[in-house]
Amino acid sequence: MADQLNPSELRVRSRLARGAFRLEVDFSISPGITILFGPSGAGKSTLLDCVAGLISLYEGRIAISNDLLFDSATHLNLPAQNRRLGYLFQSPALFPHLSAKQNIEFGISHLPDSGRNGAIAEILKLFRLENLSSRKPAELSGGEAQRVALARALVTNPRALLLDEPLSALDADLKNSIIADLRAWNAVHEIPILYVTHDRAEVDALGERVITMDHGKIIQQGIPREVLDAPRHQRLAQIAGYENVLEGTVKEIRLDNGVMRVALQGTTTSIEVPLSYARMGDSVRVAIRAGDILLALERPTGLSARNILHGTIESQEQRSATVICRVNSGAMFEVHVTLGAARDLDLQPGREVWLVLKTYSCHVVV
Amino acid sequence: MTELLLSFRLAFLVTVILLVLATPLAYWLAFSKFRAKFLIEAVVALPLVLPPTVLGFYLLIAMGPRGPLGKLWLALFGHTLAFTFTGLVIASVFYSLPFCVQPLVASFERLDPKLLAASRVLGANSWRTFRQIILPLSFPGVITAVVLTFAHTLGEFGVVLMVGGNLPGATRTVSISIYDHVQSIEYATANQLAFTLLAISFVLLALVYGLNRRVGVRWLTN
Repeated sequence: MADQLNPSELRVRSRLARGAFRLEVDFSISPGITILFGPSGAGKSTLLDCVAGLISLYEGRIAISNDLLFDSATHLNLPAQNRRLGYLFQSPALFPHLSAKQNIEFGISHLPDSGRNGAIAEILKLFRLENLSSRKPAELSGGEAQRVALARALVTNPRALLLDEPLSALDADLKNSIIADLRAWNAVHEIPILYVTHDRAEVDALGERVITMDHGKIIQQGIPREVLDAPRHQRLAQIAGYENVLEGTVKEIRLDNGVMRVALQGTTTSIEVPLSYARMGDSVRVAIRAGDILLALERPTGLSARNILHGTIESQEQRSATVICRVNSGAMFEVHVTLGAARDLDLQPGREVWLVLKTYSCHVVV
Repeated sequence: MTELLLSFRLAFLVTVILLVLATPLAYWLAFSKFRAKFLIEAVVALPLVLPPTVLGFYLLIAMGPRGPLGKLWLALFGHTLAFTFTGLVIASVFYSLPFCVQPLVASFERLDPKLLAASRVLGANSWRTFRQIILPLSFPGVITAVVLTFAHTLGEFGVVLMVGGNLPGATRTVSISIYDHVQSIEYATANQLAFTLLAISFVLLALVYGLNRRVGVRWLTN
């Protein structure tokens, strides 16, 4: 029944081993953009290659609504050229001997002239490529080339679209305009789009849904803010922009207040963190963004923040308008403050400071 | 000048035959994941290192009345292959094989695999991908293969002597003829032929290196 509600759902269950690497995932995505997020080497590109049919799976099942692309149970393995998917790589991979228009034409050469020309005219217009259609790929800029590659994939009316960091080489404005074009196209066609990235900013810009992956496995899925702002996985915490990942031991659990206390390794202090799946005595890691930590010259009072730690600035460096302080409080903390704050507080190595951490800025990861 | 014409006819035929045979072989060598592929690569490269007399000797045995190729030909056409123009063509195909295969393999292997993946995902099967993507993008390699095969066949001596002998109009190629003239101390005639061959070979090679400084000739120069 779910299939009828979601006419073009992409379902993937796959197992594969290549040398030491193992891929084992099971998920389904509905029309719209789903981000596949994770560090390099997590298996994201391998997963896309499997869906596209460029790599054979060991075991599993891949289907778009009720049409099977791969099924190990019945030995079905549709060749890549019959899967009717769109796939964009990090490089545009335009055929260098063909013009932009001929590139776009390549995937629909089987259509009769009238249908083909109409489809090409339409996609050229939508992606604002009319003036570039006779150019060879070598005469296109990076953004233009990727736009042509996207048009080439979409003109075939794919049943699902796979995007492997296609915009990572482009600047933010170009990125946003291409994404807007893609959204406009998909508002009409409503196909599932799987978008691979390891760039946190792209997740925020695109994300309707996000699947996070590492070591060939899915770690979390959901909407981006939930998944990435409360990472339960250390590697993910690091790539999602958590500069501080501190080791500790759970020493008190207060169910009534929804918090627990974690003794930080190397310190005599403990900090209060939100309650999470952990038991007394468990080793946990606490992830904290460097920008979420406040610095004070005197011990602040009358503050809602529950964690106030004493420490000494060990080193400090300026990176554009941010000053990065390393504060030793038994454990090392990285703290980012603005240039003005560093000047007004006269922050410098050797200075004693108080670290202020909100409970909800502390994320327990495993 | 019949010798020169004979040599050209031989070189032309061998080039055409080799293009047809070497292209699928090169495709397989470039893209197959077969583990024992290196063995085939070694066999293909053998004529590069074997003395022509060794290759010629085995080809002669194979084409003789007791050899497999000779027997087959005898059954089909009533004569063996040794010391005939056809025999010469077959021998030259073997001898010039690496000169055709290697530039093709080199240019196929240099293609961006993403282009081939893109072609497949866009619905093109292997044959269409080969015709519309691989072949046009490997054009410099094809030119190199054609010219090298042609020039190399044009100038071969050892294998021709072993397999073809020295029959005027049938197997006496220009290089054999030059040797004959030198043996008979007819240096002027030898010089005419030798110089013609030298000039043609130079022009052909200059054409390859000039037209295409990118693909396929690396292996020959190092």
